[in-house]
Amino acid sequence: MPPYPAIEAIDLRKSYGELLVLAGVSLTVPPGTVYALLGPNGAGKTTTVRILATLLRPDGGRARVAGHDIVAQRRLVRRAISLTGQFAAIDELQTGAENLRMMGRLRGLSGKDVRRRADALLQQFDLVDAGNRRVGTYSGGMRRRLDLAASLVVPPRVLFLDEPTTGLDPRSRLEMWKVVKTLVGSGVTVLLTTQYLEEADQLSDRIAVLDGGRVTAEGTPAELKRSLADQRLDLTLASDVDPSTVAARLGDRVLQSDPTQRLISLATDGEATHIRNLLDEIDPTRTTIERFALRSASLDDVYLSLTGHAAAPQESTRV
Amino acid sequence: MSELVLHNRERTTEVSAPAALRNAGVMIGRCLRLSRRDIDTMMTSIMLPVILMLLFVYLFGGAIQTGTKYVTYVVPGVLLLCAGFGASLTATSVSRDMTNGIIDRFRSMDIGGASLLAGHVAASALRNLVSSALVFGVAFLIGFRPNAGALDWLAAVALLALFIVAISWFSASIGLLARSPEAASGFGFLVMFLPYPSSAFVPVNTMPGWIQPFARHQPVTPVIETLRGLLLGTPIGNSGWLAIAWCVAILAGSIILSSVLFRLRTR
Ligand SMILES: Nc1ncnc2c1ncn2[C@@H]1O[C@H](COP(=O)(O)OP(=O)(O)O)[C@@H](O)[C@H]1O
Ligand SMILES: [Mg+2]
Repeated sequence: MPPYPAIEAIDLRKSYGELLVLAGVSLTVPPGTVYALLGPNGAGKTTTVRILATLLRPDGGRARVAGHDIVAQRRLVRRAISLTGQFAAIDELQTGAENLRMMGRLRGLSGKDVRRRADALLQQFDLVDAGNRRVGTYSGGMRRRLDLAASLVVPPRVLFLDEPTTGLDPRSRLEMWKVVKTLVGSGVTVLLTTQYLEEADQLSDRIAVLDGGRVTAEGTPAELKRSLADQRLDLTLASDVDPSTVAARLGDRVLQSDPTQRLISLATDGEATHIRNLLDEIDPTRTTIERFALRSASLDDVYLSLTGHAAAPQESTRV
Repeated sequence: MSELVLHNRERTTEVSAPAALRNAGVMIGRCLRLSRRDIDTMMTSIMLPVILMLLFVYLFGGAIQTGTKYVTYVVPGVLLLCAGFGASLTATSVSRDMTNGIIDRFRSMDIGGASLLAGHVAASALRNLVSSALVFGVAFLIGFRPNAGALDWLAAVALLALFIVAISWFSASIGLLARSPEAASGFGFLVMFLPYPSSAFVPVNTMPGWIQPFARHQPVTPVIETLRGLLLGTPIGNSGWLAIAWCVAILAGSIILSSVLFRLRTR
């Protein structure tokens, strides 16, 4: 196994005009692992992937992929990577098999190998029956699988998967997860992006949370869940209090609020001091809060607090 | 980091010429298959020229005096008109590739813009040659009687092919410039209308005075005069050289323009 990281990015920056899209993104991905970039729409995930896949030049910072500089050694990087973009990159008017054979020829496989490889991939991705049908007739899940298969015609050292399951129904998503998991054993390094914490949790060895072009947290899924808001404080307000005023005062620290139940939920690490401080802050006169309950945060609560759309106990955490 | 330094020394090699040729070949196959399966493209590029010729010959032909039988006069014009049609489709198909995800995949596989465009241009040229053959066939059936030897035919087909390749590559550049396939097809219409103010359908001296200088000096006119000369034996004069010069200039300009545009679009 090569001694250097499969992907190493240092302080990548990118702006479109006035709009700062990446404000210094750094990542290190060990070879043979799966790394997830987790973040909401517009966080800069696709921009990061396109920079690392040599499709876009960064304004600042540098990165190496498979040991090669993404700007100075673009061609060597391209020989080592494969990209499955956010939008399917296959021809609707060609059949699944034709699409795969085309990719094989472009990768320089000989006629016999092209055929053999396309058949093997159709088998592996459960597309044998659909192989001779035009892609235009495929379901969303089948398209995604074919799109992934197309980037594996020659096994890459580093595979980029941009939002591989966005827009898929739950069953197709599970199938896609299964397929990605089988890749891991083969030694390929995978950088995937997703909006779903559960997906990052299921598939990856490490996660970087990307928000507003910045990495706001990084670590293994277990570390992230442990270190950040893994508890939720549910407050039931007194009946003479207007929940919306309280919620407005707390701003984006509110994870959830349900005015009909007079319920407000906040993120906490579960420590007594933090809970006591929160209660005192919200209710200095000890008349506003009627009851409270401490619950384990759901994955969604963690995600909300990670992406800053509700504040974690700390502003930003580096594990 | 010290291991990284070692790999710094690796030279970035250019895409080898055989690889570029192979990629262009694969792209030609792809574009041909796609256009064969795209019903709209097929109908437009194969049927329309024939329909237009029938329209000109039977609907307008009776009223137009050219000194020869009108079908014989009009065939070269119809051929160029259909080249314009076919070429305008290239703009749309190039733009479609540039605006959906496939361009990212091709670029990440190190497939250059030249290979991709060559695929589209070659497919366009082949489509057009098929429809030209069809036009000739139908023209013969309705009374087109050229007066040309084998060499004349060869020269005429060669010039037609050169014109088609030049216009297709120009159209491909427009496909790179357009922000959407719809916009590209709009631009394409400009290419399509170029044959009208030329000697394609009516003699230039029957046109309004202000348009005659344009009609005489635009690229389509010398190409048509040369085709007519080769097929019907009318005098060619310096039209032949002018036609070749125009086509080569358009082709060279378009190749340069498209490589610049491709770099700009994919920065
Ligand atoms: N070519 C572009 N021109 C201008 N703004 C862009 C361009 N590409 C992306 N952006 C902006 O950059 C931000 C990040 O985009 P992106 O990387 O696609 O996010 P994500 O993939 O996480 O949803 C968004 O606000 C998006 O509008
Ligand atoms: Mg994206």
